[in-house]
Amino acid sequence: MYRYDEFDQQIVNERVAQFRGQVARRLSGELTEDEFKPLRLMNGVYLQLHAYMLRIAIPYGTLSSRQLRMLAHLGRKYDRGYGHFTTRQNLQFNWPALKDMPDLLAELATVEMHAIQTSGNCIRNVTSDQYAGAAKNEIEDPRIVSEIIRQWSTFHPEFSFLPRKFKIAVSGTPDDRAAIRVHDIGIQIVQDAKGNIGYEVYVGGGLGRTPMIGKKLTDFVPKEDLLAYLEAVMRVYNMYGRRDNMYKSRIKILVHEIGAEEMKRQVDAEFAELKKAGTLHLPLEEVARIEAYFRPPAFEDLPNESTELNKAVLADPDFANWVKSNIAEHKVPGYAIVNISLKPIGGVPGDCTSDQMDAVADIAEKYSFDELRVTHEQNLTLAHVRKKDLHAVYEALKKHDLATANINLITDQIACPGLDYCALANARSIPIAQRISERFADIARQHEIGELKINNSGCINACGHHHVGHIGILGVDKKGVEYYQVTLGGAADEKTAIGEIVGPAFTEGEIVDAIEKIVNTYLGIRTEGERFIDTYRRVGIEPFKENLYAAH
Amino acid sequence: MAQHTRKGAQFQAVTANRLADGIVVYLTADAQWSESLQDAAVAEGKEAAEALLAKAAPAVEDNLVVEPYLFEVVREDSGIRAASVRETIRQAGPTVRLDLGKQAELSGVHS
Repeated sequence: MYRYDEFDQQIVNERVAQFRGQVARRLSGELTEDEFKPLRLMNGVYLQLHAYMLRIAIPYGTLSSRQLRMLAHLGRKYDRGYGHFTTRQNLQFNWPALKDMPDLLAELATVEMHAIQTSGNCIRNVTSDQYAGAAKNEIEDPRIVSEIIRQWSTFHPEFSFLPRKFKIAVSGTPDDRAAIRVHDIGIQIVQDAKGNIGYEVYVGGGLGRTPMIGKKLTDFVPKEDLLAYLEAVMRVYNMYGRRDNMYKSRIKILVHEIGAEEMKRQVDAEFAELKKAGTLHLPLEEVARIEAYFRPPAFEDLPNESTELNKAVLADPDFANWVKSNIAEHKVPGYAIVNISLKPIGGVPGDCTSDQMDAVADIAEKYSFDELRVTHEQNLTLAHVRKKDLHAVYEALKKHDLATANINLITDQIACPGLDYCALANARSIPIAQRISERFADIARQHEIGELKINNSGCINACGHHHVGHIGILGVDKKGVEYYQVTLGGAADEKTAIGEIVGPAFTEGEIVDAIEKIVNTYLGIRTEGERFIDTYRRVGIEPFKENLYAAH
Repeated sequence: MAQHTRKGAQFQAVTANRLADGIVVYLTADAQWSESLQDAAVAEGKEAAEALLAKAAPAVEDNLVVEPYLFEVVREDSGIRAASVRETIRQAGPTVRLDLGKQAELSGVHS
């Protein structure tokens, strides 16, 4: 994985020192809250319901064991012994004190990490595919271009005061696990007929109060021109994005208002200018330098079949279930991708204790080349595990309550912190996810239902990605009472779709029954091999609506 | 600032977050700040509420608290209750982690 050079380390260290001074001046009163707030936000520090919250960047979701151990340590020393992995592949601490923040960030910097680009109107931490470097049909490791974008975007002076925040996601495979079409810019790595690698670029996607699917602005940007193209998009946005109304300030609104064609025309014009100047031409030797950090680890020559694995699957039914749901195919024979669910039955999606972090770090060190990934679905991934080690990995995870066998099943839900933690939330989202998880706890039933993604958000800002859940649940406040609105048919993959509202919202007491009715409707009308989303696409919303509101 | 109280609320109290650690605090009758809602001064009517909020200003000036605001409360025999779900959660802690926050540390917290 990428290692900081002297410049990276220097800017992070200097940033910590600068923030230390700013915190001291705030505490002494030299800075007012109005003066300090934008400064703390530039360092990932929010004030939430109960306390401050610190959001730590995990660039493109990749962590070393050493870094994860540091997060575990920080959780113990400055927080309450746990952290929360988010849909932005970040980690949030919910309880750190402002006065401790400089020391916390200084310790974090010793493992090449920071909280820059996790807040404010800048280009945010780039997100990517958790299967990077391991997926079978990968065209190129998306972390290479993600790292190049990180270096270009960090403290980019022209883009430090954008109309609004800006999120970029990269996918290196045709199967999209990074939800690129619901980002401000989505980059799909592609290969042309001659075998050249380039980038398909989607612009203007996003969730929140106005969900939009990104429009494809170009089929192919050559590798050496990617930064020029991205800068062209940013310039058009920076120039014309609205600053008078924060609800209309994201690039999706600009693209929607002027249309994709006009957006493309303007971006192409800027792109032509930037190319003429040549300053953003990306030297291929520089790309190769970054690429070297992401070279495949020293895989062994192994048979694809593992007798150890096959034996263990036959002997241990719980392990067999885990293999069925949590293991994905690896590009190298004899290896597998392991998904670690952070969704135990009845647990808090994305929460991970410091002890669990230490355990995962040890397992990653021993079995997966000392690194791991955070997924935007709030789970962890060990990208390169020998198949013959899978049972040992499972046993080690089980000891720490990390072997829940439910990836992509109904209990593998996304949930934002909601009103239990978040100052913006209108309703709680975690307890709803917990009750649904408990209702569908039976593993046989989960497998019978098959792939089904339920996403929960506690407000319209949609951190819980409810719009793109196969079933989306949005918490709303009606005169101080929590209600839950349900959408159906959303998807965040290569067939991205925004869910449709099924009807009037449900109370907290009704919502789990409503979800069960939706699931039962699906089970009653699905055809052989149809996933929930396939059935929905075939029959539409009506049968679900009819069953759901029949008694009303 | 966001509105956290209902127009026409009869009883209101003032809350804020402590600057140094962000912990939720309540303005008391003697213009101190307590971590417990049960110690909060309760104002009846709009004018009394605004007067109470004005008493929070020195603590903002002195960098003790940030973002003070009024919120609706209900007076019961058992004590002061926050009227909204949001403020109920603030005076207690996360409903999904009963071992954390004021609910694990103080008496008089309600759910």
